Order: sequence, then C-alpha cells, then structure tokens
Amino acid sequence: MSTTQSVNESIGKGYAALGRLGQKRIISIGALVAVLAAFSVIVAVQHGFTLFLQRIFDGLSNGFIYAAMAMALVLIYKATTVVNFAQGEMAMFGTFIAYVFGHSLGIPTPLAIILAMLASALGAAGIERVLIRPFDPRNHLAVTIVTLGLFLILNSLAGVIWAYDNRAFPSPFPGRNRSFSVFGANLEWANLFTWLTVLAAVLLVSLLLSRTKIGLAFRSVSNSLESSELLGIHIGRTLQFGWALAAAVGTLAGTMIARTTLLEPNFMGRVLIYSFAAATLGGLDSLGGAVVAGIVIGLVQTMSGGYIGFIGSDLAPTVALVVIVGVLLVRPSGLFGSKRVERV
Amino acid sequence: MLHVDGLHASYGPIEVLHGVDFHVDVGEVVVILGANGAGKTTTLRAICQMIDTKGSIQLGGETINGRSTTEIARRGVAHVPQGRGTLTDLSVEDNLLAGAYTRKDGEVRADIDRWFTTFPRLQERRDQHAGSLSGGEQQMLAVARALMSRPKLLLLDEPSLGLAPLIVKSLFAQFAQMNQTDGLTILVVEQNANIALDIAHRAYVLEAGQTVLTGTADELRHDDAVRKAYLGY
Ligand SMILES: Nc1ncnc2c1ncn2[C@@H]1O[C@H](COP(=O)(O)OP(=O)(O)OP(=O)(O)O)[C@@H](O)[C@H]1O
Ligand SMILES: [Mg+2]
Repeated sequence: MSTTQSVNESIGKGYAALGRLGQKRIISIGALVAVLAAFSVIVAVQHGFTLFLQRIFDGLSNGFIYAAMAMALVLIYKATTVVNFAQGEMAMFGTFIAYVFGHSLGIPTPLAIILAMLASALGAAGIERVLIRPFDPRNHLAVTIVTLGLFLILNSLAGVIWAYDNRAFPSPFPGRNRSFSVFGANLEWANLFTWLTVLAAVLLVSLLLSRTKIGLAFRSVSNSLESSELLGIHIGRTLQFGWALAAAVGTLAGTMIARTTLLEPNFMGRVLIYSFAAATLGGLDSLGGAVVAGIVIGLVQTMSGGYIGFIGSDLAPTVALVVIVGVLLVRPSGLFGSKRVERV
Repeated sequence: MLHVDGLHASYGPIEVLHGVDFHVDVGEVVVILGANGAGKTTTLRAICQMIDTKGSIQLGGETINGRSTTEIARRGVAHVPQGRGTLTDLSVEDNLLAGAYTRKDGEVRADIDRWFTTFPRLQERRDQHAGSLSGGEQQMLAVARALMSRPKLLLLDEPSLGLAPLIVKSLFAQFAQMNQTDGLTILVVEQNANIALDIAHRAYVLEAGQTVLTGTADELRHDDAVRKAYLGY
C-alpha cells in the first residue's frame, strides 16, 4: 500500500515538474522573441528598412547553414549523448571529396555533392565501426575524446592531401551571381536555393526518422539504450546509421557554405562555433530546435555584427560563445530540448 | 526452456545473487516470490545479461552467459522491466512498433489491433507520448509491447506494482489466457503472491539472493512460511 502511495506521489511530482518546465520554456522563447523584435524595430527605424531586410537575408543565408550543421550535431547527440567535435572536420573532408569529384573528375557540381554525401555517410559508418563501437556507449567521456582526436586527424589529413591553399568551390545552383530585389534589398538566387536545399534536407531527415524502421530504431535508442536492447534492437548498427546520416547532412552544409567562403582545411571552424551555439540554444536533442536556433543564431550574428559597431565581424564569434555560455547557465536544456539533457 | 543453475550476479564488487537455481518448462507459468531486495529484479536482469553473472543460464538448451542483451531478446525473450521501461518520447503506437522490431512477418498491424482491442485505453491514446500515460496505462503498454515481439518466454517484473486491484486482476487474467490459448511461457516475479499463485503452475521463493523453497503453486499456497510472509494470513 505504501509503495503504491509513493509511486503515485512521485508520478504526481513528475507531472508538476513537467508543467513548470513547459511554463519556463514558453517564458524563455517569449523573452527571446521579444528581445529580437525590439532590436529589429529599433534598428529598422534608425537605419532604414531596406538595410534591415538586407541584413535579414544575409542572416538567413548563414542561419540555414548553421541549422544544417546543428542538425548534424543533434543527430549524433541524440544517438550517443555526446557532442561530436569532429562534425565540422567531417563536413570539411566531405566538401573536399565533392571538390575532387567536381573539379578533378568533371562531375557536375550537384551530382558531385550528392556523391560526396554518400561517400561521407560511408566514411562515417566506417569511423563509427572502427573508432566508436569498441567503446561502451555509456562511456561518454571516452567517446567525446575520440571525437576530439578525430578532429585533429581529419584536419591534418586534409592538410597533407590538399594543402592549406584557398580553393574556389563552384556553386551548384543555376543563376550564378544573379540576384533579384525585394523591397530594395538584394537576394541572390543561390542563397534562396541554399535555404530551400536545407529545408528539403530537414524534411527528408525527419521523414527518414519518423517513417522508416531504422528511424524508429534510432528514436528508440536515443530514448533509452536499455529498453532498446531489451527489444532486440542492434545498438551499434543504429548508432552507425546516426553517424552516417549526420555526416551526409554535414557535407551538404559544408558544400553550401564553401561556395561563399573558399575551401581550405580550416574553413569549417567558424561555422562549427555558430552551429554549436545553435545546437545548444535549440536544446541539443531537438532536431526542430536545432533548425530554428540555427536560423536565430545566423540572424543574431549578422544583426549584432552589422548594427553594433564594436562587434563588427571580428567579435561576432564571441557572440556565439556568449550564447553558448548564457544558455548553459540559464537554461541548460535550451529552448526546445527535453529535461534529460540537464543531467549531462 | 530456461534452466538456471548456481547463478551468481553482482553489481560491481557487491554480489547480490549467491546461487539461484530454477527452471521454467515450455508452456509453464512460474512465479518467483521474494521480499524487497531479495534479488528478484536482479535475477531477471541476469537472464537478459544486463549485469555480470556466474553460473549457468541455458535457454532452449544453449548457454547464453556472455551473449548480448540484444541477442537474447532476438532469441525470443521479452522482458517487462520493473518501472516498465516504456519509450517515453515515442508515441504509444511507435512503442508497439518498436516491440515488433525483430519481426519480419506481415502481421504486425494485425497484432497492434489485437492489443488495442485488449487494452482500449491504449487505442484511445495511440498518438500520445508514452511518457504522458498514467502508471497503469504505461504498464499495459509495456506488456503489450513485450507481446508484440511474439516472444517464446515472457519475463514480468512485478507487473502488479502501482496498479489498482481491478487492473491487476484483468492483467493477470490476460496472462493466464495467453498461457492457455497461445501456449506462452511466463516467468513472473511478484510480491503480490495471491494473484501470482493463482495463475502459476509452480513457484520459487527467493531470499537474500538464494532460492530457498520450491513447489507447485498449490503446495506453496499451503506452506506456513509462505502464508505468513507473502499471503498475509
Ligand atoms: N544498480 C545496483 N547497484 C548496486 N546494488 C544494487 C543495484 N540494484 C540492486 N542492488 C541491490 O541488489 C539487491 C537486490 O535488488 P533487486 O532489485 O534484485 O531486489 P528485488 O527483489 O527486485 O526487490 P524489489 O521487490 O524491491 O524490487 C538489493 O540489496 C539492492 O540494494
Ligand atoms: Mg525488483
């Protein structure tokens, strides 16, 4: 009888905690929206609407890339509860593969990118099998350190193979350098296509996770390792799928940004910092959260760099760090993450 | 079907089971009785190799010590853990689909419908996250999910815990029926000895990590020590 009572009591406490969590989450999201809206109104009035719209477009172009990279980070985090520090370097490597396919083998750029995504997925599956699977998935520290090592290896390997020269990465989209005007602000076709490509990738990933058997296994493993084992789900293979999927998404993001930044072994460094910020803000285990937060971070970066004089483009990465630390301090589970994340 | 001999199990350096012996034959319902901390949960976890074990565990004549939990599940052992272990972030329906993960036949949908008919509460909540179900609903879901794998052996860890007496009664009636009509073999761990002995063929008593008593359900029901400790009269 007393067991029943205590069970009921703890269930009641659980529900109450959930309710509070929901309220806090709504407050955080509301506060963020309010701050951004107020800032937008002030700068739009002060500096003109056209410039403001231009900054929005620039911010979105960055933001969608961060969204894609953040999604890759979240895929691995959901599966393993580990942040993959090598995610950016894996994307860099994949982008170089696309470059080789396109530049050296003469394959049309869109096809070269798709082939490179497949190659990255295969490579990541191999990495998971050889470097990650030998470790107990519950040993988060070991896996984290492996990803740090992987970061260094991939970075120097790319340096050895391709040297540290800047290379131009061709745009996969039609309408090169052409743009159109929206209320006086310029929007490049290529940027618009980038947004659409990332949105398509987000849609594809969520369909894959919600509609396929391996997607079900993935969601099950990220929910509970132990229960998944009891259901006969192969943990290793499921995590491998997560690594492959994340790598393909990462390579897509890499090729989308290389078009604008030039390609060299360190080119993902900055992108990764913003993507970390986005993944943290979104809640680390929420795919939708990562996408929304990626776009928010892109906007915050462009707006703060563009409008706040002393930040400029040099201090902009600091803003990302401020976001990471701020979120971890104030709201460790981010805007959309589950409470589970706070435990880590 | 399941033969356990001289089973020792430990959590790190602390040994919790010090020689547990029992067996479950095909088509039987066997109950293990024991007080809090006797090692009932640990015994079930040991069968699924979720902890380090010594001694022999044979499933269908094959030793399964050292196999992975995943592999044992794939050999037809479905385990409803204490605390249910539902996938809280997944919908009720996805939980059931995940239960059928190892199956390759085309009757998964039909089975889902079967369990929805058995547990109408689950059908009403099919799109809800499992984590938002009540304790009793989660227990139903955990049982239905385990049965979705069409197991050869069902392991139940205190299925009556935290449930209203009426629900306990109907749940155990389900177990008895599945044993009789589908020939499902069941090993159930319980403190609610009354209801468990009602559906069981044989029973064991576990005390401080050792099996101390065994017999048919009827024999144990009339055993003085069992009556005092577990039946309460
Ligand atoms: N994860 C663990 N680490 C260390 N010791 C444990 C752990 N789980 C259980 N124990 C110990 O093992 C012993 C047996 O626990 P077990 O959970 O098997 O008991 P039980 O018979 O299932 O009890 P209950 O009826 O309360 O569920 C207890 O003394 C407990 O303290
Ligand atoms: Mg127990």
